[in-house]
This record gives sequence, C-alpha cells and structure tokens, in this order.
Amino acid sequence: MKLKPIIQALGLALATVGAAQAQISDNVVKIGVLTDLSGVYSDVAGKGTVVATEMAIADFLAKEKPAFKVEMVSADHQNKGDIAANKAREWFERDQVDVASELVTTSVALAVMKIAKEKNRIALISGAASTLVTNKECNDVTVQWTYDTYAVANGTAKAVVKQGGKKWFFLTADYAFGHSLEKDAGDVVKANGGEVVGSVRHPFPGSDFSSYLLKAQASGAQIIGLANAGGDTINAIKQAAEFGITQKQQLAGLLMFITDIHSLGLKATQNMYLTEGFYWDLNEETRAWSKRFFEKTKRMPTMIQAGQYSSVMHYLKAVKSINTDDTAKVMTQMKKTPINDFFAKNGSIRVDGRMVHDMYLLQVKKPAESKTPWDYYHVRATIPAAEAFQPLSASTCPLVKK
Amino acid sequence: MEIFGISSQALLGQLFLGLINGSFYAVLSLGLAIIFGLLNIINFSHGALYMMGAFVSWIGLTQFGMSYWASLVLTPLIVGVLGIVIERLLLRHLYKLDHLYSLLLTFGLALIAEGVFRNLYGISGETYEVPELLQGGIDLGFMYLPLYRGWVVVAALSVCAVTWYTIEKTSLGATLRAATEKPELVQALGINVPVLVTATYGVGVALAAFAGVLAAPVVQVNPLMGSNLIIVVFAVVVIGGMGSILGSIVTGLGLGIVEGLTKVVYPEASAVIIFVIMVVVLLLRPAGLFGKQA
Repeated sequence: MKLKPIIQALGLALATVGAAQAQISDNVVKIGVLTDLSGVYSDVAGKGTVVATEMAIADFLAKEKPAFKVEMVSADHQNKGDIAANKAREWFERDQVDVASELVTTSVALAVMKIAKEKNRIALISGAASTLVTNKECNDVTVQWTYDTYAVANGTAKAVVKQGGKKWFFLTADYAFGHSLEKDAGDVVKANGGEVVGSVRHPFPGSDFSSYLLKAQASGAQIIGLANAGGDTINAIKQAAEFGITQKQQLAGLLMFITDIHSLGLKATQNMYLTEGFYWDLNEETRAWSKRFFEKTKRMPTMIQAGQYSSVMHYLKAVKSINTDDTAKVMTQMKKTPINDFFAKNGSIRVDGRMVHDMYLLQVKKPAESKTPWDYYHVRATIPAAEAFQPLSASTCPLVKK
Repeated sequence: MEIFGISSQALLGQLFLGLINGSFYAVLSLGLAIIFGLLNIINFSHGALYMMGAFVSWIGLTQFGMSYWASLVLTPLIVGVLGIVIERLLLRHLYKLDHLYSLLLTFGLALIAEGVFRNLYGISGETYEVPELLQGGIDLGFMYLPLYRGWVVVAALSVCAVTWYTIEKTSLGATLRAATEKPELVQALGINVPVLVTATYGVGVALAAFAGVLAAPVVQVNPLMGSNLIIVVFAVVVIGGMGSILGSIVTGLGLGIVEGLTKVVYPEASAVIIFVIMVVVLLLRPAGLFGKQA
C-alpha cells in the first residue's frame, strides 16, 4: 500500500489551504507560561501568573471573539536557565508555541530570549528584574513588561535620600541580580547628593543575616539598603528588628513585593518605602481586576502577576488586529500601539524592548492605619513613565540608534 | 585593639553570633547522629522535620493559641509521634538493605512534606513573634544581644547535654548502644529491641522539631527553611564523625563559630567554608574528628 505518500500529499494540501485562509499558524495562538512554580519566586510569580494568563485569555476570547483559538501551556523552570532553555526550545520546535512569557529570574529570561530570537518567536518578560534584558543583551523579539532593577531602585533610593537619608550601607545578595540592584541604587544615591559608606555581600540564599546587620550597624549609615529579594529580604528585615537596628537606622527594601509585606506583617515593615509597578488599591479598575484575581487565588496580585495579564492581553490584541502571528509583524504592532488597561496608562514599548509605564512610590502603613486585609500601602507618589525607567540615552542596547 | 584590621569588639560580637548559629547546628546534627549511630539510617528528612517543627509551632500559636512555652514541649512530641509512624510504617522494612534505600526514602519524604507545606502556605512563609518574656535585649558592651538569641544558646546546649548524658552515662543509654551492636543478644536478654529502635528514631525526630520551634521566632517560618540548612548540618555530622554524639555537638558549635568568623573576614566565602573544612577533614581523618577509625 502506498498510503504514506498520499497522506503526506494530503497533509501538504491541507496545510496550504490553512495558510491561505488565515495567517495564523494552525489557527491556534499558543502562549507558554514558563515560571517558578516551586521555588523562592513561586509567591511573587508562580501559579498566580498562570491564573493571570488564563484570565487574560478568557477575557480576550469573551470580548474580542477572535476567529482563531488561543491555548496556554505552562511549566516550572525551577529558576534554572538550562531547564528553561530546554523547555522553551521544546515549546518552539515541537509544540508550536508562539510566545514564552513570564520568565522570572534573570538567568532564565536571558536564556529564553536568546532562543526566542533564534527560533523567531516572542519572549514576554514580566518577572525578571535585571536591566541587562534591555541593555547589553537586548533583542527585537523581547519585551520586559513590569519593572526592572533601575526602576525600583531609582524610585525608592531617590525618595529616601530626599527625606534626608543620605548615608547608605548596602546588604547585597552575592549574584548578578544583587550586584545590579546595588549599583543602580548606589548611582541614584550619589546622584542625589548622598553617599555610600560601605556594603557587604551575602551568599544566596541566606537565612541568618545577623552578622551582616551588625556590620551595617557599625558602619554608622542612616539607611541600610537591602539589595536582595524574597526570603533574603524577609529574613533581613525580621532580624534587623530583633537586633534593635531599626530603632536608630532605617531599612530600604530595594525590591519588595506585596506578598513580602503580607508575610512579614505590618509591625515589622511599617514606614518602609518601596517602589512597585502596580498596587491593587490604586483605583476602581485595579480594584475590580484584583478582586477577580483574589477570588481565584485567595491572594492579592503582585505586580508581576498583574503585568503578566497586561502583557498577554496586549499581545493577543496585536495578533487579532493584524490577523497574523508572524513574529516581526506582531512586534511592530505591539510597539506601535499604546497600552491602556488597568495595569498601565499610556504605556509604550521602546525600541530596546522596555515597556515604560508609571511606577508608584509606596510607603507601608502602620498596623493601625490598615483597615482591611491587604490594605498595606500609602501611595506617596506616582513616578511618571518618562522618569521611572533608565533613559534610552543611557542604554547600551545595540538596537538603540545614537 | 584590632585583630586583622577588625576591632576586637566586632570580633567578639561575631563570635557570639557564630555560637548562636552553632547551637542550631548542634541540635540538628545531634538528632542526625543519634539516628545514624543507633539505627544506621541517613535521615534526609531531618530538614523537613525541622521545618515541620516550626510550622506546627506556628499553627499551634495562630489556630489553637498554644503558647511558645507549651510549644517547646508539645511540638517535639507531636512531630516525634509522626517520626514513630514513619519508622513503623516505612523505615523498618529497609533495615536489612543498603543505606542508600533509607536515604532515598527519607529524601522522598522530605520532598513530599515540603511540597505539601508549600502548597498550603506558599513560599514567603509566616511570621512567628518572639515570645513576650524574651522580647528586647541587653547591651553587652561589644554587641546588642537580643534576649531570645541568648535563650536559644541556653536551651540548645541544655538539650544537647541531657541527650549526651542519657546516651553515654545511663543504663538506658547503655542498653540502647548494646542493642545496636548486638541486637540478637540484647533481645535474648528480654529487651524489646524494635521498640527501642522506634523510640530512638522518635527522639531524633523530636530533636529536629525542637530546633524548629527554637528557630521559628528567629527566621521566617517557610517550607524551604529546612532544605536550606540540612546540607550544612550533614557536613557537620561528617566532620564530627558519623554517629558520634559528642562529636556532633562539639563540631556543630565549633563550625558555627568558624562560619561566624568567615562572615567577618570574607563574607562571600561563608557559605562554602564548612565544606572546605569537610574536604580537609575527610582527607586527613576519613572517619571524622570524633569518629572511630575503622
């Protein structure tokens, strides 16, 4: 029986017909959520970003009624670049995934955006923090959506220096992300007339920070800048209170999420300044979306989770408006269209892949000021998009023409 | 006065902090050493049981109003009973097999326990307040010592001392040691060896839970708190000599201090110093500092 050639011919014919009808491959847009489902970032990103993606897809299908199907796949990258790279390759080569999204942890983001470029697919980064993504390592298929180390350090450090906290000491996680955060914040401190009197680098992850805190105490600095994240920041704050450090010196968490505040409680975190790209209680729109998210997860969204929804929605709308999932065309469309949703107002994607939008300078409420669960922040200032992120003129991204 | 360009005040402070961390290492490695010495099991779930100690303590406080002091007694009992169940249901089938099987089993149990707690409570963890009686601190001149940290050292060293005394100096301890050397003979003398073995595992587990209760007010109670610590504790046991009771206590305290000093001189190396020492010790004395040379 010569069945095989017939089937092949049939398949080819069908494929040609399909391509002629729509420019969307297989008539399915497939979104991959590659995140940390089990490790240190599983609260700030994790399952919540999968839920946010599902919400975005459901809302898109209900409202836009596209002619194509939208599917989602998700996987745990365990914060390891090699695992993430293998998964992304498998998704792009075998499973016809169009977008790899979320990608918390800088090493993961850097690995996946390279493969996306190689395979001509898109990487939407909501979780990874390093400014490397939009500088030296930038490419034209990647968007960094929610925040970066420059934006969070810039907002917090500037505010604290302006309040008179001029002498800084850094407690820094000893890996690329921590170094990048320390540098970005240190530059801002110095540019605003402050000084950095010292720093100490701790192994990652750590659990006992008392030694380093004692050093910070002895340094005579007014402000102890925490250039770390997650459990490290949480334990450092907890132990600073235990050692009576917060009575004379002030802590500044350079990258903190609402889930960190929730976990530590307001007593340990009150009055701290931090910068985020999103807070659930900003306005009617943010409250409405966050309430829906809360019903599904029993937690308020972090900025990463809210940003994930926003980025996926923007992508899907771009695909629909030009009726193709061709990478270059979709990227052009996404960069052309301003982002207006509950997450961002007049946000836009720059040539270096940075999505710029307003950031918020927040201060943690005192326990007595918090009226309802998750009522944690005073919004002290809105940092306009133009000031919040590293200016293009300072970018080292080769795509930026100077 | 300065030593290596570091003021003696700062040095004294860091030594003391090292001693506090060493106390945790000592209690945890003591539990491991007992279980290995008497049961020949490499208990990889020790870190998870330590984590469960902290969580049971936190759940007790927030759900049932169990005070810290009650928790100090009740939590090791609760988790110890869980240990007994594990030993009876699972571990006892593996005694006749190679070490590797019990290692894999306990490692698997640890992963399951961590997964369950992560699913229930997330990764950021929960805060356990320092008990009222031990809040605040005293100024020692060279450092500000939180009262609670001082208490940790006292409590940990007392428990270590009692355990060591029981095993090395009492008739119960003698029976226990005899039962592991020559189980058939001890059984023939009318002593129920399996019960003894089960109880020993329970005590080892209870020690891990006790360390968990002690740690709860110091570090954030989270599902991975054990796995962050357990590798270091295993290194402590190896350096002290597998199964040596006194060795694990002394090495735990000593390495805590060495680690503390490293944090002063070169903080970046503090995570690896213990393993460097482990390598050196294994090269020079393969049985560990306090182990009997085979």
